[in-house]
Amino acid sequence: MLRLLFVLVPAIHAQLCQPDAENAFKVRLSIRTALGDKAYVWDTNEEYLFKAMVAFSMRKVPNRETTEISHVLLCNVTQRVSFWFVVTDPSKNHTLPAVEIESAIRMNRNRINNAFFLNDQSLEFLKIPTTLAPPTDPSVPIWIIIFGVIFCIVIVAVVLLILSGIRERRRKSKEPSEADDTEDKCENTITIENGIPCDPLDTKGGHINDAFMTEDERLTPL
Amino acid sequence: MEKARPLWANSLQFVFACISYAVGLGNVWRFPYLCQMYGGGSFLVPYIIMLFVEGMPLLYLELAVGQRMRQGSIGAWRTISPYLSGVGLASVVASFFLATYYNIINAWAFWYLFHSFQDPLPWSVCPLNHNRTGYDEECEKASSTQYFWYRKTLNISPSIQDSGRVQWEPALCLVLAWLVVYLCILRGTESTGKVVYFTASLPYCVLLIYLVRGLTLHGATNGLAYMFTPKLEQLANPKAWINAATQIFFSLGLGFGSLIAFASYNQPSNNCQKHAIIVSLINSSTSIFASIVTFSIYGFKATFNYESCLDKVILLLTNSFDLEDGFLTPSNLEQVKSYLASAFPSKYSEVLPQIKNCSLQSELATAVQGTGLSFIVYTEAIKNMEVSQLWSVLYFLMLLMLGIGSMLGNTAAILTPLTDSKVISRHLPKEAISGLVCLVNCVIGLVFTMEAGNYWFDIFNDYAATLSLLLIVLVETIAVCYVYGLRRFESDLKAMTGRTLNWYWKVIWAGVSPLLIVSLFVFYLTDYILTGTLKYQAWDASQGQLVTKDYPPHALAVIGLLVASSTMCIPLVALGTFITRCFKRKGDTPPVA
Repeated sequence: MLRLLFVLVPAIHAQLCQPDAENAFKVRLSIRTALGDKAYVWDTNEEYLFKAMVAFSMRKVPNRETTEISHVLLCNVTQRVSFWFVVTDPSKNHTLPAVEIESAIRMNRNRINNAFFLNDQSLEFLKIPTTLAPPTDPSVPIWIIIFGVIFCIVIVAVVLLILSGIRERRRKSKEPSEADDTEDKCENTITIENGIPCDPLDTKGGHINDAFMTEDERLTPL
Repeated sequence: MEKARPLWANSLQFVFACISYAVGLGNVWRFPYLCQMYGGGSFLVPYIIMLFVEGMPLLYLELAVGQRMRQGSIGAWRTISPYLSGVGLASVVASFFLATYYNIINAWAFWYLFHSFQDPLPWSVCPLNHNRTGYDEECEKASSTQYFWYRKTLNISPSIQDSGRVQWEPALCLVLAWLVVYLCILRGTESTGKVVYFTASLPYCVLLIYLVRGLTLHGATNGLAYMFTPKLEQLANPKAWINAATQIFFSLGLGFGSLIAFASYNQPSNNCQKHAIIVSLINSSTSIFASIVTFSIYGFKATFNYESCLDKVILLLTNSFDLEDGFLTPSNLEQVKSYLASAFPSKYSEVLPQIKNCSLQSELATAVQGTGLSFIVYTEAIKNMEVSQLWSVLYFLMLLMLGIGSMLGNTAAILTPLTDSKVISRHLPKEAISGLVCLVNCVIGLVFTMEAGNYWFDIFNDYAATLSLLLIVLVETIAVCYVYGLRRFESDLKAMTGRTLNWYWKVIWAGVSPLLIVSLFVFYLTDYILTGTLKYQAWDASQGQLVTKDYPPHALAVIGLLVASSTMCIPLVALGTFITRCFKRKGDTPPVA
């Protein structure tokens, strides 16, 4: 009787876990591509760890807290490394619905990846889409900040240049009038020669020479 | 009292200004393309020949005219002959068009520069779609760099008819670009002279850094080997010679009046022959230098894409046949493929359509020019380098310096005649004139920030200054040699600089150059006529690639207007001067006594 059971149980297992079976998922690992020299060999111990991670994920689902490692069945392990797996219920007669397994795996994808030092691309669950990281949108786009800084610098420089140009032009328009004042001052300085002041004739502005002044009076009027 | 004409502080400033103006974006994004299309190393033969036969003499002519006449383009040509002041006016109009559309490139460079300070670079990853289940559809079909350029930067519409609205982000960058240009030209030669030290030298530093980095990249040698293997049969292709001539012509910026404007601020005794030779040689060697850098970057990008393609094929085969991970390598790929084809024929035929033929040659052969090269191909290469933010910042700073250097020349060509004109400079100070010119150009340039702006940009780029420049330079050469008189010009130069004119220049100016320009002109016209309706490349968002479309009638009208407005200046002004002189003569004839 017992011998019959031993024959029957693997047979039932084989029926539950088959490629393209109902509620079965294919898993594909690319260990050598991801890890290169540090790649480990995929053996039964790694398979045990995988079963443990799947069971752990299922235990997080409400109503499935009693999932054991023995409930996870693996089959068709290839050289690739790829295999199929199903999760059975405690009676080991039915497989759990694919939807539940999918949501459980998605919730714990990160933990599963980390257990194997892999990521979403190297540890693939076909038919379970990866959740993409949400874009990090800062409240103010970075480019506007840099734009604002450069814009302000340029505007300040333009204003400074324009103002200095205006100031220079005002200074230039004052200069010719200042030059005229200094010329007058030069003329008003009295040149002194041998201690005797020489009055420049120009500043006197025309002085009447007394010697000629009385000429008109000497001539007798006609 | 006459205000003394502002001068360059030293002749080095003048040389730097000319270099800064001549060495522009065309050296970086057009020359490598031409080199690739017309035979790699063998393209250098027509290029160098055209440099000596066309580039140097015409550059010397313009600098000599500017230095002799000491006025901007309108005044200079009016002095040569009053009937020919239309040439100066045509130069100013062409410069005006150029200034309007050129600065949008600086705006785009600013945009990419500001976006380079992020990790990861925004053009290296595709954004997520609305419900976060995958990547944006348009980005998936095209690549992330193309998506960033066409959607995020331009927000391009499907055709030139759908103008869309003005995009505020590029508009802001355009305003900033014009403010920077205004800052540099504000004080005339005083400020321009100091800025050009910077704008002329910084691009060389960056190109040198990129050369070192580029040559050490994985796969750079593939690109360099591809470029420099001469394909001598291309020497027989007339298009190679025509493109070499056109490239030299437009690369030096002849005919815009900028060189005349720069030279007019020179001391009369300045040795402009030496400077002409120096500037043209530096311009051409910069082109060659930049193409070495570009091709090492091309090689890197092509090798990277080729290897990713191979990796994808390997992954596909590994997954379909459940082979051991790491078993398939690029070296045994072909062997394994043939083995699989024979061992599992049915399965292999299923997978076969998805297997892409990866070819390094086809990756290298994708020749791109223009904004596509700078903003799509280069950014794609940069995103795969380490510390990509640094390389990105350096690259776009270099583009900015090149663009602003050229803009300084363009605006000088417009402003010098305006400030020379006594009517305008009496009423307005030069800061106000510069400000007005910048403001007008900025407002018109907002057209290029609309959704269809890039299509209008292409129109301006292709038609605003090509045909008219050829005509302008042809009339210039004929004017100096035959209207003013070559002997008279020669004696002027001798009196000015103290050096006799070499016979080489005389032969080229009087004979070779006009013939060459006429043949270029004829080629362009026949090309326009033969191609029939003009077409343009439009971005199709649903397919994620460019499609060819016909220009609508109003775009064709704008093209015609652009070409006509600068070329018609010459005959119209000549006619106008003739008519006014006739009237004056009639009015002046004294009554017979």
